[in-house]
Amino acid sequence: MQVQPAAVEANGWGWRHATRKDFALRAVDFTIQPGERVLLLGASGAGKSTMMAGLAGVLGGDEEGEQEGSLTIDGVDAREARGRVGLVLQDPDSQIILERLGDDAAFGCENLNVPREEIWQRVRESLNLVGLGDLDLNRSTRHLSGGQRQRLALAGVLAMKPGLLLLDEPTANLDPEGVVEVHDAVKKVVESTGQTMVVVEHHIDVWLDMVDRVIVLGRPEPGDPSGAVIADGKPDEVFAAMGDVLASGGAWVPGRTIPDYRPGSAAAKAVNVTNVSATADELNEHMPVLSCRNLSFGRGSALGAGVNLDFYPGEVTALMGPNGAGKSTFALTLAGLLPPVDGQVLIAENLAPRADRREPIMWKSRELLGRIGMVFQEPEHQFAANFVRDEVSVGPKSMGKTQEEAYAIADSMLERMNLTRFAQANPYTLSGGEKRRLSVASMLAAAPQVLVMDEPTFGQDFTTWTEMVKLIAAIRDQGSCVIMVTHDEALVNALDARRVMFQEGSRA
Amino acid sequence: MSDSVQIAMRHNERAIEVSEDANGIADTVTVSPQDTRVEPVKLASPSWFVARINPVSRIIGALLLCIPMFFSLDLVSSSSALVIEFILLWIGGVAPWTVCRKTWPVWIAALGSFISVFLYARVSGEIVWSAGWIVISEGSFPLALATAIRVAAIAVPGVILALGLDPTDLADGLVEILHFSPRFVYGGLAGLRMFTLLQDDWRALGLSQRSRGLGDGNAIMRALSQAFGLLVLSIRRATKLATAMEARGFGSDAPRSQARVSSLHAIDWIFYAICLAIPFAALALAVATGNWHFAFQGA
Repeated sequence: MQVQPAAVEANGWGWRHATRKDFALRAVDFTIQPGERVLLLGASGAGKSTMMAGLAGVLGGDEEGEQEGSLTIDGVDAREARGRVGLVLQDPDSQIILERLGDDAAFGCENLNVPREEIWQRVRESLNLVGLGDLDLNRSTRHLSGGQRQRLALAGVLAMKPGLLLLDEPTANLDPEGVVEVHDAVKKVVESTGQTMVVVEHHIDVWLDMVDRVIVLGRPEPGDPSGAVIADGKPDEVFAAMGDVLASGGAWVPGRTIPDYRPGSAAAKAVNVTNVSATADELNEHMPVLSCRNLSFGRGSALGAGVNLDFYPGEVTALMGPNGAGKSTFALTLAGLLPPVDGQVLIAENLAPRADRREPIMWKSRELLGRIGMVFQEPEHQFAANFVRDEVSVGPKSMGKTQEEAYAIADSMLERMNLTRFAQANPYTLSGGEKRRLSVASMLAAAPQVLVMDEPTFGQDFTTWTEMVKLIAAIRDQGSCVIMVTHDEALVNALDARRVMFQEGSRA
Repeated sequence: MSDSVQIAMRHNERAIEVSEDANGIADTVTVSPQDTRVEPVKLASPSWFVARINPVSRIIGALLLCIPMFFSLDLVSSSSALVIEFILLWIGGVAPWTVCRKTWPVWIAALGSFISVFLYARVSGEIVWSAGWIVISEGSFPLALATAIRVAAIAVPGVILALGLDPTDLADGLVEILHFSPRFVYGGLAGLRMFTLLQDDWRALGLSQRSRGLGDGNAIMRALSQAFGLLVLSIRRATKLATAMEARGFGSDAPRSQARVSSLHAIDWIFYAICLAIPFAALALAVATGNWHFAFQGA
């Protein structure tokens, strides 16, 4: 595919969102030569997204904000350079626009007024390049995997033949196979087109084999209200000089060791976060706190049958296996939220509301509190209050605590989670990592003996990831049972969690 | 390396530990294989004829069919239209029993209108029976029957024509044939896709309420707070979708090309002719047999 790579030039560029007092970015200067492949890094809030939106020309006009300096693509203002820039975003769900695969890939070309015959030629070429060439153009986009969706988004962008390809955390929401698929597709694309590329990603190692320059955004001086370029150079040089800054800013810097939070490790002992009253010593470690007996789980029809598993206090169990195998459905069943298709989920006798009511699905919603908690993959699915402080006190209040008692618990949870300064903020206005911490905090406020978590580290930067690991270790060490759905090998290793593998059986 | 060995050992210990009690403990869960999702080709319509006409024609045809029928209210015009429709649909590849099965809600609606007209219609002829608001007169039965059949004659072809209608193809037709604004049409089309995601959101919101201890109590209040959560999520999803569309060059005033051709062919015009012929043949028959009854004229 023939594409003319684009040159990018930022000259004292800055942008202030209309709703903010300070510029998000200011005095940004760089020149990117045609064909260069740049990794853009920076802590969350450093202005990476603003930079990408600026390059893509989707920041909007004067009502949306104020621009200073200039940002040009091949000498043309980025806002006017329609079609010269292609942007792939993080969320695979919201990038698929049309129902049929071919139509979706053709959408960008249509908007650029490309003649019909050429559109379909470009669509086929791009789909071939990203490895989706074997799929029928009429195939529904509904059933594609996350990796396939991201590759389709890439193909749709590629068909527009942009000189500059922008990738904004394209693999953050994917499972390990999806990450490899998208990486390989992007590599093939940039190698065959020679396009200029700018990629934003916390997981630096994913892209290290194809970038030849790293630009780091951040605050030039501590306390500066606006971000700017704080490092720019070859990957090795930048990592050598800025490794610590990058790691504390949340990047997964290559060569850094993963912290050790195994049971009994020094790091794990240092933290103390939960309210759980019973400690590991008080509970009999060899008595399972939650068990499945001959459990069949699924929504409607059974995905898996005859499962017998025990979960112990003070233990972390990782449910692992391919996407779509039913791990989340299993987790929801354990959490007493979905009825088993057959068989039983049973909680330990001493934890049941009554000795003859050991099945969580039979309980009232309120009876789950203090016993089993569920942290959803999407924190926003969990939010129930308008203020962060109220959000955390929802559980204690439902358990019959007074407003003051509930707030006292909430305040101490918020402090431990480092969220105190957001107490009066709306949960939806927090950043991704803060939302995640809040969703865990609000579950922990009810002091569950069993905590079920769905992908607790999905799409997290290194800082939030480390906090999450610390937190899970602390919950475990105070005698709670943690069951988590995860693809994250590093997480499982750091906690030395017990693995339960989901495997597809042979076709019946 | 040592990690994995350690893990394996730990698990062996556990297996030995618990093998003493009667329950078998497994550290793998076997799940049914995900189907390979061989998608059956979606039929554009149960009728081979309808499948070949433009989606826009299907909408226009349904209007042509029903508008003349609104002006008549007699047994002959409505039942003859219904009979002609059934015969033509049969020729078009949809057997009468298939038609009945696919249009069951229409028949319930027809029955409903029969009952209400039968019991509450304006008096014509002698009163047979009455109680309170209910007045059944001599004219009640034919009028009720005519109304019910008219409902079926208007709605049955409409439903059959709409079956299998592809939203993308309809959008193409609206833009290319009727020259609707592509911004409006494709924006709406993309929005439609969000509904699947919002269904998942709704389910997750419900489950999370239960897990947070908010699942007991007043169902209406619960639904309201769940609906509010859904509203917030839908706005966020829409914002992301809008950015993705804008990034692909959508939404400017620049000229736009169409990847798919949507145009009218001879078969569409034949279809229009049929759609006009059916009601007019039915009305002509009613007039000729002296049964014609103008719908907006008193009894």
